[in-house]
Amino acid sequence: MDLSAINPVLFIAGFLVAATPLIFAAIGELVVERTGVLNLGVEGMMIAGAICGFAVAVETGSPLAGFAAAAVGGAVISLLFAFLTQVMLANQVASGLALTLFGLGLSALLGQSYVGIKPPRLGDVDFGRLADIPVIGPVLLSHDLMLYAALALVITVWVVLKFTRLGLILRAVGENHDAAHALGYKVVRIRTAAIMFGGACAGLGGAYISLIRVPQWTEGMTAGVGWIALALVVFASWKPLRLLIGAYLFGGLVQLQLNLQAVGVAIPVEYLAMSPYVITIVVLVILSADKTAAPGSLGRNFHASS
Amino acid sequence: MIRLEKRPEPSRAFALAAPVLAVVATMIAGGMLFAALGNDPVASIVTIFWEPLFGEFAFYYRPQLLIKGAPLVLIAIGLSLGFKAGIWNIGAEGQYIMGALFGAGVGLAFYPAATWYVFPLMVIAGAAGGWVWAMIPALLKVRFGTNEILVSLMLVYVAEQFLASMSLGLLRNPEGMGFPGSRNLQQYPSAYNADLIAGSGMHWGVVAALVAVIFGYVLLARHRLGFAIRVTGEAPRAARFSGVNPARLILFCLGTSGLLAGLAGLFEVSGPAGQVTIDFNVGYGFTAIIVAFLGRLHPVGILLAGGLMALTYIGGDIASSNLGLPAAAIQVFQGMLLFFLLAFDLFTNFRLRLGRTEAV
Amino acid sequence: MKFTKLLTGATLALALAGTAMAQDKTKVGFVFVGPVGDGGWTYEHNQGRLALEEEFGDKVETVFVESVAEGPDATRVITDMALKGADLIFTTSFGYMDQTVEVAQKFPNVKFEHATGYKRADNVSTYSARFYEGRAIQGHIAGKMTKSNIVGYIGSYPIPEVIRGINSAFIHARKANPDVEFKIVWAYTWFDPAKEADAAKVLIEQGADVVLQHTDSTAPQAAAQEAGDVVTFGQASDMAQYAPFPRVSSIIDDWAPYYIARTKAVMDGTWTSTDTWDGIGPGMVAIGEITDAVPAEVKEEALALKEAIASGEYHPFTGPINKQDGTQWLADGEVADDGTLAGMNFFVEGITGDIPQ
Repeated sequence: MDLSAINPVLFIAGFLVAATPLIFAAIGELVVERTGVLNLGVEGMMIAGAICGFAVAVETGSPLAGFAAAAVGGAVISLLFAFLTQVMLANQVASGLALTLFGLGLSALLGQSYVGIKPPRLGDVDFGRLADIPVIGPVLLSHDLMLYAALALVITVWVVLKFTRLGLILRAVGENHDAAHALGYKVVRIRTAAIMFGGACAGLGGAYISLIRVPQWTEGMTAGVGWIALALVVFASWKPLRLLIGAYLFGGLVQLQLNLQAVGVAIPVEYLAMSPYVITIVVLVILSADKTAAPGSLGRNFHASS
Repeated sequence: MIRLEKRPEPSRAFALAAPVLAVVATMIAGGMLFAALGNDPVASIVTIFWEPLFGEFAFYYRPQLLIKGAPLVLIAIGLSLGFKAGIWNIGAEGQYIMGALFGAGVGLAFYPAATWYVFPLMVIAGAAGGWVWAMIPALLKVRFGTNEILVSLMLVYVAEQFLASMSLGLLRNPEGMGFPGSRNLQQYPSAYNADLIAGSGMHWGVVAALVAVIFGYVLLARHRLGFAIRVTGEAPRAARFSGVNPARLILFCLGTSGLLAGLAGLFEVSGPAGQVTIDFNVGYGFTAIIVAFLGRLHPVGILLAGGLMALTYIGGDIASSNLGLPAAAIQVFQGMLLFFLLAFDLFTNFRLRLGRTEAV
Repeated sequence: MKFTKLLTGATLALALAGTAMAQDKTKVGFVFVGPVGDGGWTYEHNQGRLALEEEFGDKVETVFVESVAEGPDATRVITDMALKGADLIFTTSFGYMDQTVEVAQKFPNVKFEHATGYKRADNVSTYSARFYEGRAIQGHIAGKMTKSNIVGYIGSYPIPEVIRGINSAFIHARKANPDVEFKIVWAYTWFDPAKEADAAKVLIEQGADVVLQHTDSTAPQAAAQEAGDVVTFGQASDMAQYAPFPRVSSIIDDWAPYYIARTKAVMDGTWTSTDTWDGIGPGMVAIGEITDAVPAEVKEEALALKEAIASGEYHPFTGPINKQDGTQWLADGEVADDGTLAGMNFFVEGITGDIPQ
């Protein structure tokens, strides 16, 4: 056993990449939940984004066009959920589960002719000589554009939620939709927009897996990342910056586990694998002391006359 | 302009008509999907809905409907109690796994004893496994006010890891050539949950599901606790004034749903599935949530919804082998069915009004 | 009990009727554990099915159901095929073992073939591939190609099949290069491309410049390509889209010859229950093209090794081989018996690290 074989620089760079799909999916869901909607269909939207992105990237030869298509694909499929829960006032839990089922099936149908193809690669951003700085260069400045986009997205969401009028409206709708309605905000429209934003983000996360992280198309390839993203939102107590920490923790634990195995440390893999969820529960318990953490209207439907 | 208006009373007629309309709409949309994939739409739909019930080999499929539907109904009945009261257990999948692990663990501990009490002990252990797993979110909610949706969901992942660990470690079949998975309980008569009438599909899990339906019905319609559940769901504040103890209700609802999910896991592992394997859970816990809603949280509705879901699974596999429909198309089809059911549900509580928007 | 008899009787009658009706056409069923689009295990079985259709044309009818969960769903799907007059049914996952045997008892006139299992009956055969023969060739190339002397190995679950592959690869890597070390990572999943990618990256970061995989996705290939100078091998399918480098060769599951032979046997009425464990010789394990990225003399040695294994002249597990703890397993010249290989649960001498329990 030789722990020195684990190179901290590469280790950190590794989990930055591993965490990116999670960050995309979770930041979208965070906004959705902040407006009071619980969309359990993240996995379905991710896989839809994964195939849309993959197909368009292969057809056009442009990974960025692929990502754009993934965002559109995720948003379009999320409209189904928005229609059910916002217009037809269906239960959110059931609608989300149905969306996941639907998304997994639909993506498999769409992807039938894309098995075994290698997609075009998105190169790393060229930071010029900055990338040669020791430690910082390889850790932070050796990645692809979408990884930075994810970080920028988190910061944007944080700024918007915390400092802008739009953020205030989003939060007001999530805290108490009746009061927000009374103030003249269009609750249904705002929530629909948030759901579509969540879908687009999940789509980007899915495409990050199919185009960069893996990269290939296989049915069901998101393999549960969407569900982890849901856990992550809670872990972060609906706060964008904590979400970032959480994503690195979740991503880092997998990396750590694999690294330890590779240097020959015998570890009970299953117990390490369940630890993020146990930690999330502990965080939840700690948070429950603070009644303001969760959006007040989370999971409840709104109708103007009710 | 068309707008929605809340009905003063939920419409009974629509409550009954909505599922039928949804099935019809799914048949039309699904038929279009199948046609787009190059299959005969009518034949596909007939295969999925007709073949398992009245086709040439229905004598074999009908018992299979019981096997597939029973765990769904058993779990969904438990969940519906909580859902009615606004208590959201979405971790039935985890409770199902724990029930199976506890139950199979007890059974295998006695291996190869040939005594009558092994199976009853397994049933108790299975129920206890599910119950314990559900009591975690219940106690956290009562004690700390922690959100039970999220805790119960997290515990599903924890349970899945336990399952992997057990299949590869403690419960691994010592005579299994090193492959993961436990001994097959079907080959261990004291622990085998066999068909009560061979070939009928009626194993103890089906009996338990039917008992649960009756229990759910009586509880909700006749019992004080059922009243407390309904009141809490519809008007939590009023419930408190009428003397409902919310903590006790949470413990009861989550505990009961966990117990029933644990039982479903136990009956599955000791009967149709036979062994603990890494992939033992196939999503019954999540599908049951959908079944609970499709049955609009009513015990009889859940019974029918469980049957319908089982039908699409079995009919889907038949369509797959007879007509070459891809498994993914069946998944999309099921997704559509749920979408339509959820959407049409609206008209139970609301009606469409033509006219100007600013009424009142 | 009467009811059972009645039911079994009816089933049998129908099964017989079904067989009779389909006389002119031989009906072959396939039960798949994953989607045919998985690009790996199920994909290759489906290729075998398509080859079967091509070989016999109108004389054969194939049916398949994909993504069938192990357990009662499998029982139902297999029974369904038997009821509808299938003459021969291939069940292609270890987890279908007990279900296959159970259904086979009810349909004595239908032939069953279960992949990778060990339970047989008069109408149930088992078949599997000696992938470890391919691993020996990979090990040899890996030993010759590595400059860092570190070879990474991504395992799925610690089960005999995977352990056998690791041992075989290691023995031959050591023969080619006495300084070589193996780093082994268990992914604990059959299928999670993202995790496979991570595992490959971790191994590469820790100095491995050859990565062997016992998981089916191309994720490790892509990770190696990105790293630049890392050698990989295709697994299950050829993964030729990553040739000539990093993928320098591959182990391909080729089920077509077996499926064709067994179907032929049913047509001729010569089918009997057998236990087939075929390797390179009969063509069940194919070695994908060794690319020019491999030096010519290494390629020659690898092909010679392949030839020796194919002809039966050489067995990859030939003594002297010690177990990891130093005790003797095979004496000089002794060849491992299939029983020990089938249940292999130990590493050979020289591999560091323990098999997780």
